[in-house]
Amino acid sequence: TRNPKKGETCCALFSLLESSVFIVNCHPQHLLLREKMAVWLRRSSRNIIKHLMSPNYCHNNITTKTTTAVSLLSQEADVVSPVFCVGRRFESTKAAEIRIEPQFYSSEEDEDPDDLLNQGMDFPGGNVTFTSEMSFIGEHSDKRVPCYRLLNDNGEIVSDKIYQQVSQDLATRMYHGMMTLQVMDTFLYEAQRQGRISFYMTSHGEEAINIGSAAALSYNDIIFSQYREPGVLLWRGFTLQEFANQCFGNKADTGKGRQMPIHYGSNKHNFFTISSPIATQLPQAVGAAYSVKMDNKKDSCVVAFMGDGCTSEGDFHAGMNFAAVMEVPIVFICRNNGWAISTPVSDQFRSDGVVVKGPAYGIQSIRVDGNDALAVYQVVRAARDIAISEQKPILVEALTYRVGHHSTSDDSTKYRSSDEIKHWKMAKSPISRFRKWIEKNSWWDEERESEVQSTIKQEVIQAIQVAERMEKPPSSELFTDVYDQPTNDLQEQQMSLRETIKRHPKDYPSFTCSL
Amino acid sequence: MGSNQNQTKVTGRVGIGIAGARLPLGSRAFWTATKLLLVSARGFSSCPSSSSSSSSSSSSSCASYSSLSTPAAASGEGKPINLFTAINQALHIALDTDPRSFVFGEDVGFGGVFRCTIGLAERFGKHRVFNTPLCEQGIVGFGIGLAAMGNRAIAEIQFADYIYPAFDQIVNEAAKFRYRSGNQFNCGGLTVRAPYGAVGHGGHYHSQSPEAFFCHVPGIKVVIPRSPQQAKGLLLSCIRDPNPVVFFEPKALYRVAVENVPEDDYMLPLSEAEVIKEGSDITLVGWGAQLGVMEEACAEAEKEGISCELIDLRTLLPWDKETVEASVRKTGRLLISHEAPITGGFGAEIAASIVERCFLRLEAPIARVCGYDTPFPLVFEPFYLPTKNKVVDAIKATVNY
Repeated sequence: TRNPKKGETCCALFSLLESSVFIVNCHPQHLLLREKMAVWLRRSSRNIIKHLMSPNYCHNNITTKTTTAVSLLSQEADVVSPVFCVGRRFESTKAAEIRIEPQFYSSEEDEDPDDLLNQGMDFPGGNVTFTSEMSFIGEHSDKRVPCYRLLNDNGEIVSDKIYQQVSQDLATRMYHGMMTLQVMDTFLYEAQRQGRISFYMTSHGEEAINIGSAAALSYNDIIFSQYREPGVLLWRGFTLQEFANQCFGNKADTGKGRQMPIHYGSNKHNFFTISSPIATQLPQAVGAAYSVKMDNKKDSCVVAFMGDGCTSEGDFHAGMNFAAVMEVPIVFICRNNGWAISTPVSDQFRSDGVVVKGPAYGIQSIRVDGNDALAVYQVVRAARDIAISEQKPILVEALTYRVGHHSTSDDSTKYRSSDEIKHWKMAKSPISRFRKWIEKNSWWDEERESEVQSTIKQEVIQAIQVAERMEKPPSSELFTDVYDQPTNDLQEQQMSLRETIKRHPKDYPSFTCSL
Repeated sequence: MGSNQNQTKVTGRVGIGIAGARLPLGSRAFWTATKLLLVSARGFSSCPSSSSSSSSSSSSSCASYSSLSTPAAASGEGKPINLFTAINQALHIALDTDPRSFVFGEDVGFGGVFRCTIGLAERFGKHRVFNTPLCEQGIVGFGIGLAAMGNRAIAEIQFADYIYPAFDQIVNEAAKFRYRSGNQFNCGGLTVRAPYGAVGHGGHYHSQSPEAFFCHVPGIKVVIPRSPQQAKGLLLSCIRDPNPVVFFEPKALYRVAVENVPEDDYMLPLSEAEVIKEGSDITLVGWGAQLGVMEEACAEAEKEGISCELIDLRTLLPWDKETVEASVRKTGRLLISHEAPITGGFGAEIAASIVERCFLRLEAPIARVCGYDTPFPLVFEPFYLPTKNKVVDAIKATVNY
């Protein structure tokens, strides 16, 4: 069985069934009662066993809420009172006053219309059994949902169960990707500090999520990004020059200089243009996934990224719910990095992170160590496979830490300790962890490290210099693409602006004036 | 049209029944009947709803109207159907002509709360016509994503009053989708349909006219039809337009407005206003259900010798300034009327634009006959609405300025 604990409990149940100790000890006056109890005993244990064995009960890495069944089953069998019903109730009532209660778990196969003991009912939405035990589902499970990881902090693989083997080629490419992302971030951040670009956001600390997830996808998977996933675009072939062009908003920017830096988009890389509002991409991603579903090729999915803060937005709820109802092939990847600007996750939600929100919508979910690139790769690969083969949504919560500031407009030392930042930057760096692993495999070494570092640095610096020198798009691009064709009003406004520029040239930067 | 064969044929079977009587149908008369129904729905009894007075008023109004619609309808081509049927036909055609078009929203599966989507799911399948969860931001967001992948996404918002949760998606996403991507992406295939406007008993949340909010958003189009024949053609144009469109349907007219509508696939141009009645003394501009009111007002003004030119704007964004300007150059006077509250209503934009263009030609200030600056009330609806007499008063005041 998938769960060793399940095996134990099943054995306990079977032995209970076999023993007739319970029935023998009932008062002889209650023969009918005894018979009913026997039937109930048989049925309920059958149900419970079926429930335990059902695939929905226990996901690999998710503990379900502790219901009475599991905890009670682990109690010692009491000769008088059966363990698997509500033990406490039986202890507190006399045998004569025992009322027959329905099972905890309904099963369609067990439905017997003549059976007085079956107190279930078909409300809209499905069959539900009743209980006279008032118990609230706890706000928390006993244990937090555990986090899937493959590499420990020393870069050692801790399990030989790997969903998808990673070749040397792939691993070194992944590492190279993470390095590139880090260097690009460092230099473009600096460029902003120097006043050369207006704004920047780094992905420091989240390189494993960026590259690990990107590597697990195929190029025809459609990406809806939040804003801290440029590594996905990088992996797909968006060049450093293209990144820099967008940040400088020059005439080579495919976005035509309309948005702030880091609002990348690339049609040819199947990466929808980033927008600043949080979570708006989620229901859109579901719509796109519906289109993919209608294509019926089952060769691609949609991947929608988000942060922890994003899960508080209404659009998150909308996206998750629609994805589940429409049954679309989509993987939601949440980078839970602990912070939404200055808001820690404890001010963001009170659930056990984001992974537990999935089941609320009927979505299969998993939690992964976001700083373990290998684990992220595995999980996203598996999630993608499920999403495509079963045409349904998956939620992946990748736990990580936002090492950098929220953006160049933020100084995170104002709301968190530098020690904390340093800890995650040094001891928990996803890049070093992965490097240790590939070094252990003899796929990487110091020499290569410094060589690649220096090459990437050169490339990034050059890209920035080229982008900076390139002129901005013609100012006529202010008026295009509002609609597919410019309107009369826009043409008038354009002419009016042309006149104004002629009259007051000093008011305007010297873009190419092709108005 | 009165001598038209079709006219007499349909009189007996289909039409607006008031007090058991059948009214002659067609574009000319339906406005009268509409007004009567709306009026009686609002609790007024200024017009007795007996058959004789209805027919007499309709026959007298017949004389003073020229055709309200395009030649196709005037010639009697097509079948007399109501607004929701016309919209339903447009949707059938849209889905039939494009296999990658989808209709979705709350309750559209069974036919919709206003029956605009009847028969679609049965004919095209549940994968193309389906209910969504109750979540407007999800509906529009989903539609944007679907459209961004090259499909035609026809989203229904159950009442325009509930469109606001989707406002972020419409304004920040749909409207900017093409522009912000440098034209790499677009969601032009998106059409958002919503019933709007007074219905006699709707109160705050079933009567709103939110068009002004959307007219302020570059990147989307806003279209409002006045009648069944217009609605079908305009809706097909909206669906096929390569830009995201918000299409407001005057709910008060869903059942009562009946008109000959061609059965085939036809499109009416967007951003083109239509002069539905020519005149020389004053230009009236409106859209949707309000045109019926304005038409009555024109008729009454005619009796006092005021010749009114009535324009249906049809597309509010981007709107046809040229047609309105040309008309005001002819008449020298402008009156705009809409149900939405006057302050910041779309009439203000029209007024400002026309003043810019026609200042020296204007003989009088531009009049706006609109709803008051209050939430849309229930029992006070008759007081709130810009009724015929308010419009007539304003026409006279403008002409006598």
